[in-house]
Amino acid sequence: MDTRPWLLLPLLLVLGVVLSYAVLSIPDPAQELPTMLTDNMTISGAHNPVSAVLLNFRGYDTLLEMGVLLAALLGVWSLDEMPIYRGSAPDQILDIMSRQLIPVFILVAGYLVWAGADAPGGAFQAGALLGAAGVLLRLCGWRVNNRYSGLPLRVLLVLGLAMFVMVGTGALLIGSEFLRYPPTVASELMLIIESAATLSIGATLAALFLGGRPKGEE
Amino acid sequence: MELILGQIPWIVMPIIFPLIGSMACFLFPAKAKSLGLLTSLVVLACVTRLGWQLKALGSLRYPMGGWGAPLGIDLYADGLSLLMLLMAALVGLGISIYSSSYFSRDKARHFWPLWLFLCGALNALFLSADIFNLYVTLELLGLTAVALVALAGGADALIAAMRYLLVSLLGSLFYLLGVALIYHSVGSLDIAILAQRVEPSPAMWTAVGLISTGLLLKTALFPMHFWLPPAHASAPAPVSALMSALVVKASFYILLRMWLEFFQTQGAAFANFLGLLGAAAVLWGGIQALRQTQLKLLIAYSTVSQLGYLFLAFPLGTSIAWKGALYMLFSHAMAKAAMFMAAGNIQFFAGHDRIAELGSITQRLPLTLTAFALAGISLMGLPPSGGFIGKWLLLQASIESGQWWWGIILLLGGFLAAGYVFKVIAHVFTHDEPTSRTVTLPATMEWSALGLALIAVLLGLFTYWPLAMLEMGSPFGTGHSG
Amino acid sequence: MSNIYLYALLGVGLFILGIYSLIVYANLLRKILAINVMCTGVFLVLVSLASRNHNVQPDTVPHAMVITGIVVAVSATALALILMLKINKAIGKSEFPDKDCE
Repeated sequence: MDTRPWLLLPLLLVLGVVLSYAVLSIPDPAQELPTMLTDNMTISGAHNPVSAVLLNFRGYDTLLEMGVLLAALLGVWSLDEMPIYRGSAPDQILDIMSRQLIPVFILVAGYLVWAGADAPGGAFQAGALLGAAGVLLRLCGWRVNNRYSGLPLRVLLVLGLAMFVMVGTGALLIGSEFLRYPPTVASELMLIIESAATLSIGATLAALFLGGRPKGEE
Repeated sequence: MELILGQIPWIVMPIIFPLIGSMACFLFPAKAKSLGLLTSLVVLACVTRLGWQLKALGSLRYPMGGWGAPLGIDLYADGLSLLMLLMAALVGLGISIYSSSYFSRDKARHFWPLWLFLCGALNALFLSADIFNLYVTLELLGLTAVALVALAGGADALIAAMRYLLVSLLGSLFYLLGVALIYHSVGSLDIAILAQRVEPSPAMWTAVGLISTGLLLKTALFPMHFWLPPAHASAPAPVSALMSALVVKASFYILLRMWLEFFQTQGAAFANFLGLLGAAAVLWGGIQALRQTQLKLLIAYSTVSQLGYLFLAFPLGTSIAWKGALYMLFSHAMAKAAMFMAAGNIQFFAGHDRIAELGSITQRLPLTLTAFALAGISLMGLPPSGGFIGKWLLLQASIESGQWWWGIILLLGGFLAAGYVFKVIAHVFTHDEPTSRTVTLPATMEWSALGLALIAVLLGLFTYWPLAMLEMGSPFGTGHSG
Repeated sequence: MSNIYLYALLGVGLFILGIYSLIVYANLLRKILAINVMCTGVFLVLVSLASRNHNVQPDTVPHAMVITGIVVAVSATALALILMLKINKAIGKSEFPDKDCE
C-alpha cells in the first residue's frame, strides 16, 4: 500500500526551503585547496586534475571504493546463485553486431585508461565500458567457461583492490608512507593500478548484472 | 628489534590486514576459517601495538599517500579512536571464535570475507580524519552489514536487510549532502582544519542538521530506531552480536567526533534535544524489551535502550560525562555481544528463542546462562561491572552540572533493564524437566560468549587503564565544562 | 553565475523528490530508484557549486568525490536489486509485507 502521510508534504517543503537557502547563501570558498592541487600536479604523475585527485592525492578513497564494489559483489554472491537465463537464442543481427562491437568496446576501454592520465577518462569510465561489454555478451547467450569461473574469475574480481593494497604496502616496505608513489615512477604505478582496477570494475559490474555466484561453487 | 617495530606505522595495519584477509578468504574459501581467525588475532595485536605508540605520543596523525591534509587524507588516532579500535578488536576476536563453529560450510564461505571487510571498514572509520573518507567507510560498513544480515536467508531476514539497506543509504545521503555543504563553505574535508575554520552560517547549520540526522538514523536513536530490532533479531547470532555491539557505534563515533571538534559551537538547544531523545530511547527501548516474547527481539530492544544512555552525555558536555558515555559504550559492546551469542547458543540448542519455553533448556547450558547473567549485570549497571562505572560517571556529571534529572533516567533505565534481564534469568529457577535434546553445542560458542561477558564485568574492577586511555591526546579538550 | 545556482537548486529539488518517493511508494523498485534520484541530487549540488568562481578553474575535488559516490551508488543499487528479487521470490511481491513501510 502506498502511504501519503499528511505531514510529509509540509515537512519536505520546509526542508526544501532550508536547503535552498543554505545552497544560495553558501559563503565564498577558500581557494587554497584548488591552488595546492595545481601546484602539486606536476609531481603527482597525472596531467588530468580529476585523475590526480582520484589516484594520487585521495587515492585512499579510491582504494576503499574498490572495496565497496567488491563488498557489494560478495553480498550479491552470498544471496543467490546465478539465475538461469531464459532468453531465446539471439537473432542473427544481434549476434553479428555483438561480435563487431565487443572488440570496439575493449579498444575504447583501453584508450580511456590510457587517456585518463591527461584528459577526462580513467579506470571507472573504462571499467563501465567493459562491464557493458560483459552485459552485452551475456545477453547474446555467451557464458563463462566453468574452467574459469572458479579461482581465475575470483582473481580477476579482486585484482583492482589487491593491486592498490600491494602498491600501498610496497611503499611501506621502502620506508615511506602507505600509498605514497615515488615521483619518478608515479605515472607508471598509477597506470598499473588503473589497468588492474579497470579489469576488476568491468568484471564486477558484469558479475553484478548476472546477479549471483557461478553455479557449482558450493 | 624494538627499533624496527617502532618504525612500523601501526596505524595503517588495522585497516590493511582485514582487507588482505578478506581477499584471501574470497580467493581460498576452503581456508576461510583459519584465515579469518588469524586476521582477527593480528588485528588485535596491531591495535595493542598502536596503543603502545599512543601511550608515548598521545595522539598520532598519519598522511595517507604522503600528501597530508588538506590535499590528501589523514588518519588520526587518539585515546577515543583507540578505545573504539580496541572494542572492535576484542569483540571481533570473540565473534571470529564463535563463528568458527556457528556457520555451516556453505554459509561460512560467504560469512568470512564479508565479516573481515566489515572489520576493516570499522577500523578505517575509527581512524579517519576526513569527512568524505568517513562517508566511504560508512558505505563499506553499511553494505557489508546488510549482506551479513541477509545471510540468515529467511523472508524475515531478507525484509529486515532490505529495510536496513534503505535506511542506511538514506542516512548516508543526508550525511553526504551535509559534507557537500561543509566542503563548499569551508573548502576542506579534514576535521582538524574544519575545527579551526568553521564559522556559524546558515549553510553550516543546515550541514550540521543534515549530518546529525543521517548519523542518528544510522545509530537508531529513538524515534528512528524502527529498523533496528528486526534487523538485529533476524540476523545470524554472530551477526546480531556485531551489529549491536559494533556497527551502530560507528555512526555514533562519527557524530561524537564531529561534535567534539566543531559541532559543539552550534548551540546548547541541540544538545538538550539529543539528551531528550536519548532519555526517551532509554525508557521506550526498555519498555518494549519487557514486552517481547522472543529472546533476540528482547535483546535488540535492549540495544535501543542502551544507545539512549550515550546521548545523555551531550547536554552534560563535561569530560566526566563523555568518559561515562564511552565507558557505557565499551562495556555495552562486550555485554551485548555476549548476550546475542548466548541467545544464539540457546537457539542453536533448542531450535527456537521463545522466552516462555526456555525453562527446560537453560538448565542444560550453565555456561551460556552464566554469560547471559554476567552480561545482564553490566546492562543493568550493577557493581562490579563496566555498565556500573559508566552510569556512575554519568550520574556524577549530572549532579556536578546541576542537571540531576538526567540521573533519574539512568536509574529508571536500570530498573527496566533489571526487569527484562530477570524475565529471562527467572527461567533458570523453574522446575521444568530439563529437556532431553542431545544437540552438542561446540565449546567455542559457549566460551567466547562467557569471555566477552567476563570482560564486561572486569571493566568494573579495572578502571584505571580504560580511563587513562581516554586521556590520550585529550579528545575531550580541557575546558568544556557544563 | 546564476545558472550554477540553478543546477544546485535542481539538485536540492531532486533530493526532496527522492525522499518523497522513498516514503510514499510501497514498491521496492520505486524506493530503490528514489534513493538513486536522491544520489543524483546530492552529486549535482556537489559538482555545480564547484565552479562558482569564474576566474579560476573548477575545483576538481568535488568531481573526484562524485566519481567515488557514483561507484558506491552503483554497488548499493546492485545489492538492493538482488535483495528485492530475493524478497519477491520469498513472499511473492516486491513490497514490505505489513503497513509500516519505512
